Amino acid sequence: MVLPRGPRAAFPRCPRRCSSPAMAFTFAAFCYMLALLLTAALIFFAIWHIIAFDELKTDYKNPIDQCNTLNPLVLPEYLIHAFFCVMFLCAAEWLTLGLNMPLLAYHIWRYMSRPVMSGPGLYDPTTIMNADILAYCQKEGWCKLAFYLLAFFYYLYGMIYVLVSS
Amino acid sequence: MSAPAGSSHPGAGRILPKLGGVAAAGVAAPAGPGPATYQQNGPAQNQMQVPSGYGFHPQNYIAPSGHYPKGPGKMTSLSLDSQHDDYYSGLYTVPTQNVVTTSTVNQQPGAQQMYGRVPPPASHNMGSAPESFQGAASSASHLHTSASQPYSSFVNHYNSPAMYSSVASQGFPSTCAHYAMSTISNAAQASVSYPSLPAGDPYGQMFTSQNASTVRPIKDHSFSGQNTAISHPSPLPPPPSQHHHQQQSLSGYNTLSWSAPGLLSTQDNPVQNHTGSLVTASNNPTNTESLACPVMQNVQPPNSSPVVSTVLSGAVSTRMSPATHHPAEPVASVKQPSELMQHKGVDSSSTTSSASPMPNSYDALEGGSYPDMLSSSASSPAPDPVPEPDPAPAPAPAPAPVPAAPQPAKVAKPFGYGYPALQPGYQNATPPLNSGVQPHNPAYSGFQQYAQYPGMNQLSSSLGGLSLQSSPQPESLRPVNLTQERNILPMTPVWAPVPNLNLDLRKLNCSPDSFRCTLTSIPQTQALLNKAKLPLGLLLHPFRDLTQLPVITSNTIVRCRSCRTYINPFVSFIDQRRWKCNLCYRVNDVPEEFMYNPLTRSYGEPHKRPEVQNSTVEFIASSDYMLRPPQPAVYLFVLDVSYNAVEAGYLTILCQSLLENLDKLPGDSRTRIGFMTFDSTIHFYNLQEGLSQPQMLIVSDIDEVFLPTPDSLLVNLYESKELIKDLLNALPNMFIHTRETHSALGPALQAAFKLMSPTGGRVSVFQTQLPSLGAGLLQSREDPNQRSSTKVIQHLGPATDFYKKLALDCSGQQTAVDLFLLSSQYSDLASLACMSKYSAGCIYYYPSFHYTHNPSQAEKLQKDLKRYLTRKIGFEAVMRIRCTKGLSMHTFHGNFFVRSTDLLSLANINPDAGFAVQLSIEESLTDTSLVCFQTALLYTSSKGERRIRVHTLCLPVVSSLADVYAGVDVQAAICLLANMAVDRSVSSSLSDARDALVNAVVDSLSAYGSTVSNLQHSALIAPNSLKLFPLYVLALLKQKAFRTGTSTRLDDRVYAMCQIKSQPLVHLMKMIHPNLYRIDRLTDEGAIHVNDRVVPQPPLQKLSAEKLTREGAFLMDCGSVFYIWIGKCCDNNFIEDVLGYPNFVSIPQKMTHLPELDTLSSERARSFITWLRDSRPLSPILHVVKDESPAKTEFFQHLIEDRTEAAFSYYEFLLHVQQQICK
Repeated sequence: MVLPRGPRAAFPRCPRRCSSPAMAFTFAAFCYMLALLLTAALIFFAIWHIIAFDELKTDYKNPIDQCNTLNPLVLPEYLIHAFFCVMFLCAAEWLTLGLNMPLLAYHIWRYMSRPVMSGPGLYDPTTIMNADILAYCQKEGWCKLAFYLLAFFYYLYGMIYVLVSS
Repeated sequence: MSAPAGSSHPGAGRILPKLGGVAAAGVAAPAGPGPATYQQNGPAQNQMQVPSGYGFHPQNYIAPSGHYPKGPGKMTSLSLDSQHDDYYSGLYTVPTQNVVTTSTVNQQPGAQQMYGRVPPPASHNMGSAPESFQGAASSASHLHTSASQPYSSFVNHYNSPAMYSSVASQGFPSTCAHYAMSTISNAAQASVSYPSLPAGDPYGQMFTSQNASTVRPIKDHSFSGQNTAISHPSPLPPPPSQHHHQQQSLSGYNTLSWSAPGLLSTQDNPVQNHTGSLVTASNNPTNTESLACPVMQNVQPPNSSPVVSTVLSGAVSTRMSPATHHPAEPVASVKQPSELMQHKGVDSSSTTSSASPMPNSYDALEGGSYPDMLSSSASSPAPDPVPEPDPAPAPAPAPAPVPAAPQPAKVAKPFGYGYPALQPGYQNATPPLNSGVQPHNPAYSGFQQYAQYPGMNQLSSSLGGLSLQSSPQPESLRPVNLTQERNILPMTPVWAPVPNLNLDLRKLNCSPDSFRCTLTSIPQTQALLNKAKLPLGLLLHPFRDLTQLPVITSNTIVRCRSCRTYINPFVSFIDQRRWKCNLCYRVNDVPEEFMYNPLTRSYGEPHKRPEVQNSTVEFIASSDYMLRPPQPAVYLFVLDVSYNAVEAGYLTILCQSLLENLDKLPGDSRTRIGFMTFDSTIHFYNLQEGLSQPQMLIVSDIDEVFLPTPDSLLVNLYESKELIKDLLNALPNMFIHTRETHSALGPALQAAFKLMSPTGGRVSVFQTQLPSLGAGLLQSREDPNQRSSTKVIQHLGPATDFYKKLALDCSGQQTAVDLFLLSSQYSDLASLACMSKYSAGCIYYYPSFHYTHNPSQAEKLQKDLKRYLTRKIGFEAVMRIRCTKGLSMHTFHGNFFVRSTDLLSLANINPDAGFAVQLSIEESLTDTSLVCFQTALLYTSSKGERRIRVHTLCLPVVSSLADVYAGVDVQAAICLLANMAVDRSVSSSLSDARDALVNAVVDSLSAYGSTVSNLQHSALIAPNSLKLFPLYVLALLKQKAFRTGTSTRLDDRVYAMCQIKSQPLVHLMKMIHPNLYRIDRLTDEGAIHVNDRVVPQPPLQKLSAEKLTREGAFLMDCGSVFYIWIGKCCDNNFIEDVLGYPNFVSIPQKMTHLPELDTLSSERARSFITWLRDSRPLSPILHVVKDESPAKTEFFQHLIEDRTEAAFSYYEFLLHVQQQICK
């Protein structure tokens, strides 16, 4: 990756503590790189989510089909997010972990309160066209997209910081 | 094909000019002048031009052409002649049938009126009315054939059959109407065109018109006369312009026909001309229809042979049919509900027109179907007034002269100009009649002009009227002090409030029985709505059994090109050629065909057509509205035969009912039926025709269900009737010794799905216990100790999604699952109900059913089954609800699958299904004063026709909170709230839902108190329109679905919730707040007369024990149950006269019938109860409850104004609300 020098100067007071004097490829840096890649994937998930609900709202798709395509993606998304949360935990990146905890908790709550269904997933084709649920899901999509985008740059910064500072 | 032919003819030269004209002025088609020279030629040219001018027209035409294969053959004039012969023969045969039917029709009251009128005209014109009739009928049939519109032709045929068989009542009425119409037309103008219309719409019109019929017929005559007159007279020039328009639309036809017209011009070959025109028509798919008609007309005059002309006119009429329908509709307001209902008819499938470009899209489909709204009152009145004015002028002129046959022909030609395709035919037929008309011409033209704008005028006036009307403080805003008003309940039933619209719109508006809004004045903004704290939504009963329903057969179903709204009474006509959509405000062109009004036989009055005169109409849809050929009626019965089921004994009742009603099952000759039974295995029955007895096939592998044979499990009802009867006779005893207690419902349903998926249809599941084997097995979740808990009520939602998934699969294959649950213990209805909820089925629940121990339930099952098996049914339906831009659908309630934001997928639709829709206001409505809602229900009738039922509701927009409160429809609001509360109970909790209900009262009353009312806050003040709100909410809180603290079985509770979700408003209101009457002192005071019976109208009593006296007898109408409570000291005379027992003591504990005694009081009581029963589809069970009998708790739990151990009395509730408001 091309790493401009800027970050350190721009953010002199990074939350991360330096673990080693020389620039080194630490576990934390690995975590950030991994998170960076996975967040990119999550961004695509979020965009897909937004598009899917927009299609629903504009009548392009049948809710059954749409739920069938969306439901299998829910758990992977949650697991990916949970996975790098665990990675950050292992890397003792507390601030980053702390930033991700609300979303992790939300995911757990969301999945616990899902409607009765036998397969994995969240979305029930019989209720998804309800205007409240539709609006909620769309809002959720946008919020997640925003969160993942911010997180993406944060991880980028974090990775560089770790690399540079270590 | 036709076009080339036309070019070859001399007429070709003319065509060129027309084209030029088109280029010059696309719309005008005024070229009218051309007609004057050679009427036929002129018109033809004009027509041609017009099409070219209107790009869209040609497209439409093209589409139709594709549909009509016949056209090409007809093209050549020579061939035409031969064709004529063929047609005639064909027509004649058909006509004979028609004639017969007509005669029968005439017998009906409505028809009679029509008939009577007809004769006079006939005498004037032709001499023999009958001939004209026949001719008309035949012509209609001919036209149909020629036009290649299977529907219309079919319809006629069917109708006649229907007439014969009393069963098809709906078909009858409509047919009658058609016939009557045709007869009338014949008399006046010998115009068959009506008949053709009748095929589709005419029927409906006829029915409705019976009352008004006299007036309308006159009108028709006059109109026809006018038309003819116009054509005849030299005045032609003025009319031509209008005619031109029509011609333009037809243009494709015209060009083709042109050649024919030339022929026609020569009087010698009228017939040939007709054929030619027909041919041309065939060539131009869309146009053909219209063209054919005109041509026919032209031909007729020359021949002067009534029959021919009639035939032609008939053809015209068929094409014109939409227009004709209108007239009929208004007239028919009346009386033959059943008939209307049955419309069923006839249509085969051909589609027609060009109108809908996007056949395959769901949108297009949805557009088609609409429920039966026609209820009655609202729409009918409006039409009458409108038509009258027109007719009056017309009639006078018409009678006068009867021109010679040859003249008519000439005249006809000019006329043709004016009304190229459609009208010409009429005129031709009429020419004799027309003679009288000629004088009218001038008047007529003037009239037409007026006619063009009336729609606009109406709208604008209505707009103006709104504000004016609302200025004085309406009665509905009169403040009512709830705590001091002791008798809040009115003495008479509560009617739906009438929207504050001007009179014209009010008359046109949809009947509240079919379509209601919680707020009859829509707030301008969401902010205003939020301030009012009232729910905004619609209550729909779209497929209601209607007594009058205009049915429209038209090539083009006129819809907005951007939002696909169907044209409706609330659109505005900007000028004669354009209309503005009232939902999206797009300006659309009026198709040429629409310019002709078949009812009045006038051209250039699009606002007079039935679509624009009735807010509830039904269209016969073309193949554009089909994704596949219309399915046959398919019924599958899935029966539980485990030990439990055999013990309960429902099989006897079911099989008996089926045997009795086998012939009444809705359907046509393709109807299929099948049976499956299951316990721990699944049994199929091979009923293949030719077997000596039914063959039972057992599948014991319930983990992987398969069908033992691919076919012969669903068999044709008529081919295998004997086998079916054998099976039904044998079934009740087949399992009598069974020891199998398990129930493999899930696998049986999977098998049923496999069986049904190729066709779709209806699956009726009878279940008597908790499914205990295979997929979808359920565990008991009810804790009996929690039944009267005041805390958390659990398990209101499904335990598994198996049934929901199955329902969705079924819905995708157009299969609905209806559940009959007859169980004595907990059966987890919450889970089982999903199979019906999402497949648009219906749910029946018979707690503690036993055929001998519980005879009232057995009787109820019997009655329900009778209704269930014989009621109307629509297959593969979709319903779309559209509303004015700015409003949007929020949530839907009912049994269906929501397919997109405004589209409901309904595998089946039945007349007892109701829906509710929550609305939200997304954009401010400040720039409009009216909003409209339109539901379109597209369905396949049991006869295999694709139909669209459209209801349109128009409401004013208001900007002040006071006006919003003035327009509250409290019953609709309470029903919507009940639906929302059910959702809340399932998604959140019952206590949440109860709180929400109480808050709804508290919020709305406090909002009213703080914003509108200036009175002191010490009292609980409500506007008059809302005075029943707290009472109804209290009733809801004490309803089985929402009550707490009283022992309620979980299944009972869930069933009540299912009913709230799926019942139409009228039935739901009775369930929520029963009506109580005192019946021991019935008098004839204020009685109404129904069918020669005097029905007393006792005042409503409030639901409180304080109204019960020991000296009285009271009837409580709970919708599905009647209770008659007999006081201990009730007058012995009453007991003896009405109940047939000497005194109170001798009345038995279980009494479910009133004896037919020959005493005045018995007669009164019975006629009152019969009257109540007749007003609902399900015949309620009657319980006679003695005071002090154990059954009286059933009765007393409905006295919702009284205090119970767990709930407030009404007064306490008011105090509670007041307390909350003051907080």
